[in-house]
Amino acid sequence: MIKIENIHKSFQGKPVLKGISGVFEQGKPNLIIGASGTGKSVLLKCIVGLIQPDEGHVFYGDKEFTKANRDTKTEIRREIGMLFQGGALFDSKTVEQNVMFPLDVLTKMPQNEKIDRVNFCLERVGLGGQNSKMPSEISGGMQKRVGIARAIVNSSQFLFCDEPNSGLDPQTSILIDDLILEITEEYNITTVVVSHDMNSVMGIGKRIMFLYQGLKCWEGTRDEITDSGVKEFDDFVFANKVMQKLRKK
Amino acid sequence: METLGKYFIFLSRLFVNRETFGTYFKLVVDECITIGINSLFLVSLVSFFMGAVTTIQTAYNLISPLIPDYVISLVVRDMTILELAPTIIGVIYAGKVGSSMASGLGTMRISEQIDALEVMGINSASYLVLPKVIGSLLMYPLLVILAGLLSMLGGYLAGTFTGVISPTEYVYGIRFDFNEYMVTFAIIKSFVFAFLVASISAFKGYYTTGGAVEVGKASTAAVTQSVIAILTADYLLAQLLLQ
Repeated sequence: MIKIENIHKSFQGKPVLKGISGVFEQGKPNLIIGASGTGKSVLLKCIVGLIQPDEGHVFYGDKEFTKANRDTKTEIRREIGMLFQGGALFDSKTVEQNVMFPLDVLTKMPQNEKIDRVNFCLERVGLGGQNSKMPSEISGGMQKRVGIARAIVNSSQFLFCDEPNSGLDPQTSILIDDLILEITEEYNITTVVVSHDMNSVMGIGKRIMFLYQGLKCWEGTRDEITDSGVKEFDDFVFANKVMQKLRKK
Repeated sequence: METLGKYFIFLSRLFVNRETFGTYFKLVVDECITIGINSLFLVSLVSFFMGAVTTIQTAYNLISPLIPDYVISLVVRDMTILELAPTIIGVIYAGKVGSSMASGLGTMRISEQIDALEVMGINSASYLVLPKVIGSLLMYPLLVILAGLLSMLGGYLAGTFTGVISPTEYVYGIRFDFNEYMVTFAIIKSFVFAFLVASISAFKGYYTTGGAVEVGKASTAAVTQSVIAILTADYLLAQLLLQ
């Protein structure tokens, strides 16, 4: 479980996050959604420590992360896996080397065990046998799957996904969403997904936090979406015609 | 001043919260290959012609019958060891290796590869930059020694083929009144320049923000600032060590 309390962040005097609090539960995908520029990615980066919040606290289980010393932060971070928007694969390394990287640097696992673990993770994301390919030789969807394999290879307890569907076709997006959901439930990890894709929201949104202009505007489950009673949220959810038709029905 | 402070904080980050020695060993070897082997051709070419041109131009200027021919190779030797090999090759090194370091790290920054390292709990500055600095400190002095030798060889070949100096006179001039401290001075300079180029270029690349245009700008700034740092350090070292 991850808990955030009163997170504030400003850039050059302009507030981006205005006191966000919430809990991200274990064993289910927690979605942070909102329009572009509402602070979703900034909030995610505050949670993983890539951006230091101006105010507020982040707790991983019972460990305070924001004010922790370097060693504690490193210890917590080694439990974190993250899928970045562009995959963030190391382009000078092969698929296998990318997935093996956390094991190489962070563990003293024997080489044969590392290879077994990498092969298992690649099989798990449907990329068995692609070990020797370079990131530039595989598609965007495959890069995202390699990113997921790398995020889970170290048996991470916390998985963060920043716009996992951006730049992907609808079918591949569903594939990635399903993979995130399966992995979250299978390994009982705490997953936080930042997205503005309504298909993801409807597909895997077990817990949803909606941000609007740096504030948490609504929180609930996907079953509660239709009767949120929050205008800003309704405008976001029912922005496209398909959703508007569904709402009318 | 703010940038300078940020640079020193960046340098201090290279040495804290490091990974294991084994992790760095392979990275340093890789960097040595990238920095050293890949610079070999350009450094060799430039130094060879540098020596050849210096010989011809020195001969052109020393037309007095009162000045013996061996002075040509003596001038070539002193210019090469004191200035041309460490400093001019340093400028070329900044252009080739420095820009490559800055653009490589800049691309890693904008494609979130550095963030990926940080999220894993790895000190990205130390992991990515320290091997480059060590690799540079190991390889650049070797490149300078090679440049010095090739420059004098270039001078020898150009001088003897064009007939401006005989082989015997050239070798005599190279050996005449040789002060070993010049080599020590050149090696000291090469260590300083190697550190400046690697650290400044890595700093510019590491803190790149934006997109492809900014990576290009960071690469250009890395070369410009490295060259300025080299020339400033060159003057200061000459003042300090050649008095």
